[in-house]
Amino acid sequence: MIALAQELLGSLARFLERLGGLSRFTLSVLRQCPAALLRPRLVVEQIYNAGALSLVIIMTCGLFVGMVLGLQGHDLLQRFGSEESLGMGAALSLLKELGPVVTALLFAGRAGTALASELGLMRATDQISAMEIMAVDPMRRVVVPRFLGGVIAMPLLTAVFITVALFGVQLVGVQLLGVDQGQFWSQMRGAVELDDVREGLLKGLAFGVACSLIAVYEGYNAEPTAEGVGRATTRTVVISAVVTLVLDYILTAIML
Amino acid sequence: MRPSRTIDISTGLFVLLGFAAILFLVTQITNREFSLHSDSYRLQAQFENVGGLKPGAPVSMAGVTIGRVESIGYDMSLFKAVVTLRIDGRYNQIPNDSDASILTAGLLGGQYIGISPGGSEESFKDGDRVEFVQDAIVLENLISKYLFSQASGKHQDSSAPAPDSGAPPGPERTGE
Repeated sequence: MIALAQELLGSLARFLERLGGLSRFTLSVLRQCPAALLRPRLVVEQIYNAGALSLVIIMTCGLFVGMVLGLQGHDLLQRFGSEESLGMGAALSLLKELGPVVTALLFAGRAGTALASELGLMRATDQISAMEIMAVDPMRRVVVPRFLGGVIAMPLLTAVFITVALFGVQLVGVQLLGVDQGQFWSQMRGAVELDDVREGLLKGLAFGVACSLIAVYEGYNAEPTAEGVGRATTRTVVISAVVTLVLDYILTAIML
Repeated sequence: MRPSRTIDISTGLFVLLGFAAILFLVTQITNREFSLHSDSYRLQAQFENVGGLKPGAPVSMAGVTIGRVESIGYDMSLFKAVVTLRIDGRYNQIPNDSDASILTAGLLGGQYIGISPGGSEESFKDGDRVEFVQDAIVLENLISKYLFSQASGKHQDSSAPAPDSGAPPGPERTGE
């Protein structure tokens, strides 16, 4: 019993230690951001890594998410005899929920793991220590550009995802199941407000900050062993997914 | 590592694609058709009950959207809802005795304002008030009206030999 309590206390202490470390890390990343923007070369490279390389998976998944939404939405709506609302329902659910959340989960899986394992491997092969010895700040040179690249890429990826998914809905709903094209688009236009688009992009940005931060934190603080790098990568995906979904609830509650 | 030129080009393409997608979302799937026309004018209408009408709902004539509901307020001296309509400047020939009614689009659709033209020679100008209005139909009021009329109808028939056979079973079940 006492051993169990000690175990619990120990894990609580570890959790608090990690949370404190993450806060300190966040502050130092934010402090370095303006300096990193003075060297756009590094940031552009990371936008390429986080954004352009994720584009194929984002677009493929977006298309299929949209197509499934078209099938399911059509099946549900035709019970009420209002298949024409498919465009409206799909657009709103994609903009407000599915788009940002699925993009963030894919982003954590594709770009987050790449960031964490790269940084972890740099740590394990003493590249980060070498930089410190050469008086190059690894935060400024390595961590912050990766963070900024992810933050800039995520809203753009979200917008691409939603657009492709809408065409997927259109493909199944209009071309395959015969919903009237004019009704489809006009009901969508009638119902979607500019605020809904803003909500989607803001969520995308918030998830981008959270996922990138977790990835660079886990990678930068990975144990310098092969096992440690693997664990950091796994933890990046798990924590990113949980944080994304919790953050999604909070943001939805605020913006609704 | 790839040559940096390729990276630059792909990054540029990616950013361009992202902004194109944002532009598509902002312009193509939102309803901004009337905010683009600056030459619109306002009308006011007072309703006893606006039901589920919301700002941004369409104002239509013969099914064509000619404007939007700008705002809905409540007048404490009249005890009425004051609805401000913003009509597109292209439609400036609406007779000033036209009437506005709150209608529902389809079974699940939202509510909108339908305007049917009157016969006056003069047309609405900016700031005019729509005199003839018809309130939103509240389902509960409709049902209670129906029930009361049924009940009073039955009361009159009570002298008839078979009182139960005449009344439809529907409202009796709802009344329980």
